[in-house]
Amino acid sequence: MDYCSHSVREIREMLSEIGVPSIESLFSPIPAELRTKQLDLPEGLSEYESLHRITDLAGSTLTDRVCFLGGGAYDHIIPAAVGALANRAEFVTAYTPYQPESSQGTLQALFEYQTAMCALTGMEVTNASMYDGASALAESVLMAMRITDRKRVLVDEGVNPVYRRVIATYLVNHDCEIVEIPLRKDLADEAAILAGIDDRTACVVIQNPNFLGSILDIRKIAEKAHSVEALVVESIYPVSLGILESPAARGADISTGDGQSLGNPLSFGGPSFGFLAVKKTHIRQLPGRIVGETIDRDGKRAFVLTLQAREQHIKRHKATSNICSNQSLCALRALFHMSVIGREGFAELAQLNLDLAAYARKTLSAIKGVKTVNEAPVFNEFVLELPVETNMVVEKLAKKGYYAGIPLGKFYPGREKQLLVAVTEKRTKSEIDGFARLLEESLWR
Amino acid sequence: MALIHSDLDLIFHNPSDRKKGYRFPKSEVPSAEFPQSLSRKDKAQLPETSELDVVRHFTNLSHRNFSVDTHFYPLGSCTMKYNPKAAEDAASLPGFTELHPWTPFLPGGEEASQGALAVIHELGKTLAEAVGMDEVTCQPLAGAHGEMTGIMLVAAYHRTKGNRRKTVIVPDSSHGTNPASAAMAGYEIVTIPTAPYGDMDLDAFRAAMNDDVAAVMMTCPNTLGLFNPHIREIADIAHQYGALMYYDGANFNAILGKVRPGDVGFDVVHMNVHKTFGTPHGGGGPGAGPVGVKRSLVPFLPVPRVVKKSDGKYALETNRKDSIGSVANFFGNFGVLLRAYYYILANGREGLVRVSEMAVLNANYIMSRLKPYYDLPFDKTCMHECVFSASRQVKQGVHAIDIAKALIERGFHPPTVYFPMIVKEAVMIEPTETESKETLDEFIDAMIEIAKLAETDPASFAEMPSGMPVRRPDETRAAREIRVTCLG
Amino acid sequence: MSTFYSKDHEWVLVEGSAGIVGITSYAAHQLGDITFVELPKKGKIVKQFEALCSIESVKAASDIYCPLSGKVLETNAALDTEPQVINTDAQGEGWIAKLELANPSETSNLMDEAAYRSYLKTLE
Repeated sequence: MDYCSHSVREIREMLSEIGVPSIESLFSPIPAELRTKQLDLPEGLSEYESLHRITDLAGSTLTDRVCFLGGGAYDHIIPAAVGALANRAEFVTAYTPYQPESSQGTLQALFEYQTAMCALTGMEVTNASMYDGASALAESVLMAMRITDRKRVLVDEGVNPVYRRVIATYLVNHDCEIVEIPLRKDLADEAAILAGIDDRTACVVIQNPNFLGSILDIRKIAEKAHSVEALVVESIYPVSLGILESPAARGADISTGDGQSLGNPLSFGGPSFGFLAVKKTHIRQLPGRIVGETIDRDGKRAFVLTLQAREQHIKRHKATSNICSNQSLCALRALFHMSVIGREGFAELAQLNLDLAAYARKTLSAIKGVKTVNEAPVFNEFVLELPVETNMVVEKLAKKGYYAGIPLGKFYPGREKQLLVAVTEKRTKSEIDGFARLLEESLWR
Repeated sequence: MALIHSDLDLIFHNPSDRKKGYRFPKSEVPSAEFPQSLSRKDKAQLPETSELDVVRHFTNLSHRNFSVDTHFYPLGSCTMKYNPKAAEDAASLPGFTELHPWTPFLPGGEEASQGALAVIHELGKTLAEAVGMDEVTCQPLAGAHGEMTGIMLVAAYHRTKGNRRKTVIVPDSSHGTNPASAAMAGYEIVTIPTAPYGDMDLDAFRAAMNDDVAAVMMTCPNTLGLFNPHIREIADIAHQYGALMYYDGANFNAILGKVRPGDVGFDVVHMNVHKTFGTPHGGGGPGAGPVGVKRSLVPFLPVPRVVKKSDGKYALETNRKDSIGSVANFFGNFGVLLRAYYYILANGREGLVRVSEMAVLNANYIMSRLKPYYDLPFDKTCMHECVFSASRQVKQGVHAIDIAKALIERGFHPPTVYFPMIVKEAVMIEPTETESKETLDEFIDAMIEIAKLAETDPASFAEMPSGMPVRRPDETRAAREIRVTCLG
Repeated sequence: MSTFYSKDHEWVLVEGSAGIVGITSYAAHQLGDITFVELPKKGKIVKQFEALCSIESVKAASDIYCPLSGKVLETNAALDTEPQVINTDAQGEGWIAKLELANPSETSNLMDEAAYRSYLKTLE
């Protein structure tokens, strides 16, 4: 099924107007030897058959298991109004708001999104979103290097291992030095980081809560970094900001992270969005699109894309980044989510996550042989140490209907018996109790 | 469609004592403590209002947008084609939306995610066939992201061969993301001017080619909508010097099913599924930028890769020693890739070819009918888009931006203006294949009326567009007095 | 005291070994409403025709190339808050930097006022 509507008559009329005998003749500027034969692809299907194929594929995945997986993607409640609004064709099928008069909808919504992200992070400015948390973190590092004009980057091992891989991928062709500071137990090694900060340091990269779920008080690191004019880049889990003090107040200079947990479904890892928020002085080094407020010819408030001189379509190879688009619709979903649950709801959401995770941690670690690993405070994610390697346990529990957690041994050698467990407001007491029961069974029966 | 003209208040302007709207499930577990030293002193200043107010606010905001579903949207280089609703259904299937991305990494997890892995793998294979490449990665999250990934693959290729090449060649008509992406990968840029025939000056190109060039980035057809008849020769020259050919897929809609970049001499391509493969633009994203490569670049592809084993099952490969690493969290914008997969299943072999045929027909029809009224810098058969110059109208004081505003007033989204930069007062029109002749005729009539108005009443353009929520916002003020939030 | 001009529309007012640098009103007009000037750092040493700093308008960004070699002694702080001064008075209040010139004889590579005016005519 294709989506063209031309009738034979219309095609004939159009060809006649153009003055050529056939559609094929319009392709004559292409040398014949470059033309492909038929594509080796199947014939098109009807809409119904195409959907049926895809529905079959969807049906083969197993999503009815209780999900205790985290590691950067979280199974949160998405209020019904979020999807209803985000699916509006005027938002979905619009383009980048380059012509402000015909895109005040997207522009005002993105301005409100920027406001919401600054409200969460305590920062003064932010952009209209980046691709995802990993690439946003890599761009943050590049940004910090530009601002400080320095090449040395300290990265805490507690940062999501995939994010660290993305930073390395982004920076491999740049003249810089990435120093990874190993974890100390479940938390960043503050002493080692402090010792590593000097006047060659562009930035210190921390994740809070870290990949193991532990939260570091970054104030000391921020103080030392600022004393030598280095920056603190903190990758933050936005839902935690319902209870955790804002990154700006705790000393971060660049606040970044992944927005999937705000109103975006898991969707096998994408689409999502990244956010990047900073103090006003750094705004010209911010990559990505930025929406600004202004007034129009009649004195009415209007929104426009602004500071475009930073971007690739103007500065080309000297742009702050090559980024052209943002993840507009995903950012809007986050805005709708935060608007629907509201100021009170956002705080309540964080408390619920905290409570349920604490209960799970207590209940699961009460099982014989199971230990908690986090000594630092946690939010909704924590690590358990099992008496055996995690892989078999995870497989057993999956068959019994539970995605128990992420085995840490994949990324952290020596932690083969450790399991990363996340608990969101979607989990119930009885699910947690069931998890505990099954875990005990799989270990000891 | 009624446009709301009253000043829509920001969603943040609510009384602070509003009743809490949304209700979460009640907690059945004890309340937990959180260290005071880490706790927020004040709640984040988010909106607080009823669901009705939120829905009304954003629904009314949506009415202030032009969109493909409501307006003809001939933005050159953007391929604003119709986005099939069935693709939205595909992307909303709970079997996909609820699938956690860590699932296939768990022991036994590949079993539980076969359907999703299948989509990624099969889409990759289909795209590889469409562009004539050996393998495809679907990990890049946008077109520019794909460009960066592609050039990083080039860099890895040269590094492995011990080549310390430092430059990338781009034509001056290239999209800004080309040089910017090359710079992200650590390269310096050499820009080649456009010759009178409408594409890269061959003599200048030959003179610029040397052993220090890592890659040549081309868009084909180029940003003027013209197919470069010398493209094979350019590729041969580049390869003689050991450089790689990079294909920017932004304009692939013109040659889908007719020419495959891989057959023409390109080594690496990126595709924009939100352009060519009908996934919606979302107001600026999310899209996706899959990258296809020839065999020589396969070892460097990002991880994780989805592979099909001999038993027909899909699996993840994360241990590839020469891989450049990863450019995203997980597998890419899966929800977007799903929509592209639907699009390809439904169109199929014959539908995809019809895409380029109708796209090229539509663009040439517009070009032919508007030729008498607007200057055409390159008067030859175009492909899927045509580039006019408003230079004739400028003589009356009417610029490309004024023509854009006049079109908005008449209910059309304007074409791209002021790009490519090598054409003064450029107006780049890309109708796409999904527009009917009727719609094209309405647009053409409006453009003709505008051309005539530019002669008879040029002063009237300064007042346009009327009837919209705002009119000619002051962009200078926005850049000088920066306000990006309503806080403080 | 004389003013010299470069092909890229920068001017330099030379007095002995001191120079004041800016862009011409032609360049300012090309850029449109100037929104930001990234002033060079004091003490910056720059060779003739090397990038001195950059200027942004809403739709464009431009590198400014220094017409003569020298060291930046002072920059026009007013441009931080009022970059539009360059649009209104490019060759007066819109000056960008004061230099200690390294080699005043380099003016032989530049145009004088009359030559610049003729040059502008060729661009129309």
